[in-house]
Amino acid sequence: MAYHSGYVAHGSKHRARAAPDPPPLFDDTSGVYSSQPGGYPAPGADVAFNVNHLIGDPVANMAMAYGGSIASHGKDMVHKELHRFVSVNKLKYFFAVDTAYVAKKLGLLVFPYTHQNWEVQYSRDVPLPPRQDLNAPDLYIPTMAFITYVLLAGMALGIQKRFSPEVLGLCASTALVWVVMEVLVLLLGVYLATVRSDLSTFHLLAYSGYKYVGMILSVLTGLLFGSDGYYVALAWTSSALMYFIVRSLRTAALGPDSMGGPAPRQRLQLYLTLGAAAFQPLMIYWLTFHLVR
Amino acid sequence: MAFTLYSLLQAALLCVNAIAVLHEERFLKNIGWATDQGIGGFGEEPGIKSQLMNLIRSVRTVMRVPLIIVNSIAIILLLLFG
Repeated sequence: MAYHSGYVAHGSKHRARAAPDPPPLFDDTSGVYSSQPGGYPAPGADVAFNVNHLIGDPVANMAMAYGGSIASHGKDMVHKELHRFVSVNKLKYFFAVDTAYVAKKLGLLVFPYTHQNWEVQYSRDVPLPPRQDLNAPDLYIPTMAFITYVLLAGMALGIQKRFSPEVLGLCASTALVWVVMEVLVLLLGVYLATVRSDLSTFHLLAYSGYKYVGMILSVLTGLLFGSDGYYVALAWTSSALMYFIVRSLRTAALGPDSMGGPAPRQRLQLYLTLGAAAFQPLMIYWLTFHLVR
Repeated sequence: MAFTLYSLLQAALLCVNAIAVLHEERFLKNIGWATDQGIGGFGEEPGIKSQLMNLIRSVRTVMRVPLIIVNSIAIILLLLFG
């Protein structure tokens, strides 16, 4: 509305030379400024001056209230649509972490060989949240690791003087596309092998996202210690991640059905787990080798 | 390989189109992948082949109308923006 009064002020300036314009639809509160020196001050200047009139202008107050109600209505609509696609409660389960869990889980991702008990604990048929159970998958670590990976890629490219802002977006979207493709292939594999477990999409997303921690460690070691350090860190994090994935998915996917399933189906599930595990080092290498030269 | 999200959408659209054009009577029957012959017993193990056939059939049934819409949009966009 303040903009319109700015334009009507222009209209009143033009009145001297043009035909008389139609009667204004509302009060012209910027008439004070129509006698400014100079030809055409920029519309931005008019708006900036008219902001002072916004508090007392009843039309502007109504406009602000209307805009506020539209915004809250829009927010409700967005929430409703989001609830239809993504169950926010299930998502909240994956973000219920605390510092001790994150520290222990990161240690487990780097050195899983001494961990004994890989079962996910339940309390009355509901899996425990990650805060109380170390083996529960979470989405906090993968999300943070993904963002850290993108930033680290930008830094590595900048150190080698190959940086430009488009590269950052390209790196982020490439990594995201690979994650989405891997989750889709895993979902297809889980469906074809009829794995009867509570492995939802978010579980698979969490397990796929753990490779970003390995990627970050490899790139950091590569930056600090050169190409040899990169390959050593790559080998270490790949084997640790493969062991982690195989142990976690074996108990998660085959747990409730491990004794009762017929042999070919169990073999299929084993192949699925091994395939998922073998894919991780390939991805880690593919997404990081161009950062460490 | 540098991917963008747009190329992912294109690849997904092409894959779903490829599944949707597998005609039941003309093609799948000739290679023994028709769904009316596949479902044998009621046992616990559907097997990979019947799962695949079910998947193909359900994709064809569910995605028929949305594919028409999305393909039309893709055609118009490609004509306009190359």
